[in-house]
Amino acid sequence: MNLLRLIDFLRDHLRTVVRISIAALVFLVLLDAVPAIVDKEHAHTAAEHIPAFWSAFGLLGCLLLVIISKTFGHLFVSTREDYYDR
Amino acid sequence: MIGNHWFHPALVLLLGGAVLPLVPARLKKAFLMAVPVLAFASVLVMFGMPRGEYWHVPFLKWTLLFGRVDSLSLVFAVIMSGMCGIGTLYGLHVDEDAQHIAAWTYVAGSLGAIFAGDLLTLFLFWEMMAFASVFLIWFRRQPESTAAGFRYLLVHVAGGLSLLAGIVLHVHATRSTAFAAFDVHNPGAADYLILVGFLLNAAVPPLHAWLPDAYPAGTFNGSVFLSSFTTKTAVYALCRGFAGMELLVWLGVIMSLYGVVYAIIENDIRRLFSYHIISQVGYMVAGVGIGTAMAINGACAHAFAHILYKGLLFMGGGSVLFMTGETRMSKLGGLYKKMPWAFFLTLIGGLSISAFPFFSGFVSKSMIIQAGFENHLLWAAFLLNLASIGTFYCNGLKVPYFVWFGQNKCEPATLERAKDPPWNMLAAMGIAAFFCIFLGCYTPALYNLLPYHEAAMEYHPYTSYHVSESLQLLLFTGLVFFVLVKLKKIEPHAGRNLDIDWFYRMGGRAVLWLARKPIQSIDTGVGEVYRIGGLVPLMKSALLVNRFDNGIIDGAVDGLASTVRGVGARLRFAQRGALQENLTFVFAIAAALLLGFIIFS
Repeated sequence: MNLLRLIDFLRDHLRTVVRISIAALVFLVLLDAVPAIVDKEHAHTAAEHIPAFWSAFGLLGCLLLVIISKTFGHLFVSTREDYYDR
Repeated sequence: MIGNHWFHPALVLLLGGAVLPLVPARLKKAFLMAVPVLAFASVLVMFGMPRGEYWHVPFLKWTLLFGRVDSLSLVFAVIMSGMCGIGTLYGLHVDEDAQHIAAWTYVAGSLGAIFAGDLLTLFLFWEMMAFASVFLIWFRRQPESTAAGFRYLLVHVAGGLSLLAGIVLHVHATRSTAFAAFDVHNPGAADYLILVGFLLNAAVPPLHAWLPDAYPAGTFNGSVFLSSFTTKTAVYALCRGFAGMELLVWLGVIMSLYGVVYAIIENDIRRLFSYHIISQVGYMVAGVGIGTAMAINGACAHAFAHILYKGLLFMGGGSVLFMTGETRMSKLGGLYKKMPWAFFLTLIGGLSISAFPFFSGFVSKSMIIQAGFENHLLWAAFLLNLASIGTFYCNGLKVPYFVWFGQNKCEPATLERAKDPPWNMLAAMGIAAFFCIFLGCYTPALYNLLPYHEAAMEYHPYTSYHVSESLQLLLFTGLVFFVLVKLKKIEPHAGRNLDIDWFYRMGGRAVLWLARKPIQSIDTGVGEVYRIGGLVPLMKSALLVNRFDNGIIDGAVDGLASTVRGVGARLRFAQRGALQENLTFVFAIAAALLLGFIIFS
């Protein structure tokens, strides 16, 4: 099956895939700093004019969400799987 | 009464359901597909007809309006009738007719509510949705499904009562049954009661817990229907009745984040997707609250896109359940070799809900966020963007990775059974996936359907800034995810997360305990007092009564008793004590009476 072969191919070359992905992230941040390519006229707040603002938002936002959710779960709502089966 | 050859698509589904048991087995599959296709076609022909009102039916001193056709009802009707076809194809191999009939009746309720022009008709179909959809949960036939179904029904009956009370007050105050915009700036008791009914169906916290309780308990295909109709019909009703109510902006933002927080710590994939319904409906509710032309367009567009990608995700989750019998990520992993196509198609759903460029969520969700920014609701817009991070984290990364890749934690039996699902399930997923990409790439297909046409034509999602913003947001979320995976910080583990339903589940147990312990002992105590204080005089009077009784009453009672026993023996065959069947029976009779009432009055 071709789809399976493609997935296996990507897994076999995982190191290269990771390198390309990191290069793409760097490229994305660099592009964002070039006004001729990313036109910031559509931005709504001053903060959004900072290059790579949304990269930082994604990075910190994701960390924040995971930490808040895990802490919230741990402190208040997470319990054993058969809680209601007693 | 019936004019201009307009035909109600709900009636197509109801009639189709009524005829289904009579269809011979070899024609069954063709018939199963023909009915939703006909319903879909009956919606499509409305685009060639004048917008307006069809099927006025006199009822008591009011007139029921079954067919209000305008751009708002049409956009919802198109996607709902279309999804009915996809959902039916997905469950085509299910042999039990009743499952298909329940699903179609549920969709009919949804379509009926969408075309309803007055509040009484709206209420009728609103309840039809609740009572038909609960069977999609019960048909799973697991003990937890039966219990979850009853809780689902009780919660929806409570919501329905609030809606009904609101309607009664509203009609009393305004002398009008028309379903139009309510007074959102000075709402009264009637408006709030109706709003509560709508918010419960839209699963707005704290009225949301029925959703992640019931949807993971449904059948593999029933939950595909459940994920599409109830909440989005409520979004339609909110668009119609409460556009521009500021309270909804904040409720929407809260629910978009609430769903994300619970989804991040959830282990069961179908419950995770359920929490993301709450999160995504949050965007729509916020859009309704903002209330501008662009925001309402955004709410409708997002509901449209959401039905497809959420249906697709539930079909992916349903495939895993149907093929392996397991939905907990702590007992899955490494399945890509066994079910690669289920993975690939589910991933498309995950990318669509995450609003990746060229996928449907990108062209719909951004309208709502943009409307937030334009109306200077900066906090709301930034928080909705924060929720987008969680959406990609859960649907686009966590589920695909921990089900199909990651460490293989499957039981040997699970692994043995796992393979790609039958052709019809893959075909249904393929159709949904195609439209997720099609809507994302060819925006006029969706934008031409939206209620505010000019605002839709002015909106362009594919600006360099928006693409760059989305890609940065999502790809850096991906970076954090894979770093956390590498650090083994987010391995799924078995567990259960308590939600608001804890209060009524434990409340039920408290009532049972009260009945068993204190009330039982009071009962025993009172019995003792009777025995001592009442027994002696009672014996004496009983002797007198006995003489009277033996002589006169017995003759009459014996005759009556034997008659009752005879009738009872006959009735016993008609009812077997299954509560669900009795409920259906009662509601079928009520529906028949109501129909008779409408036709003959």
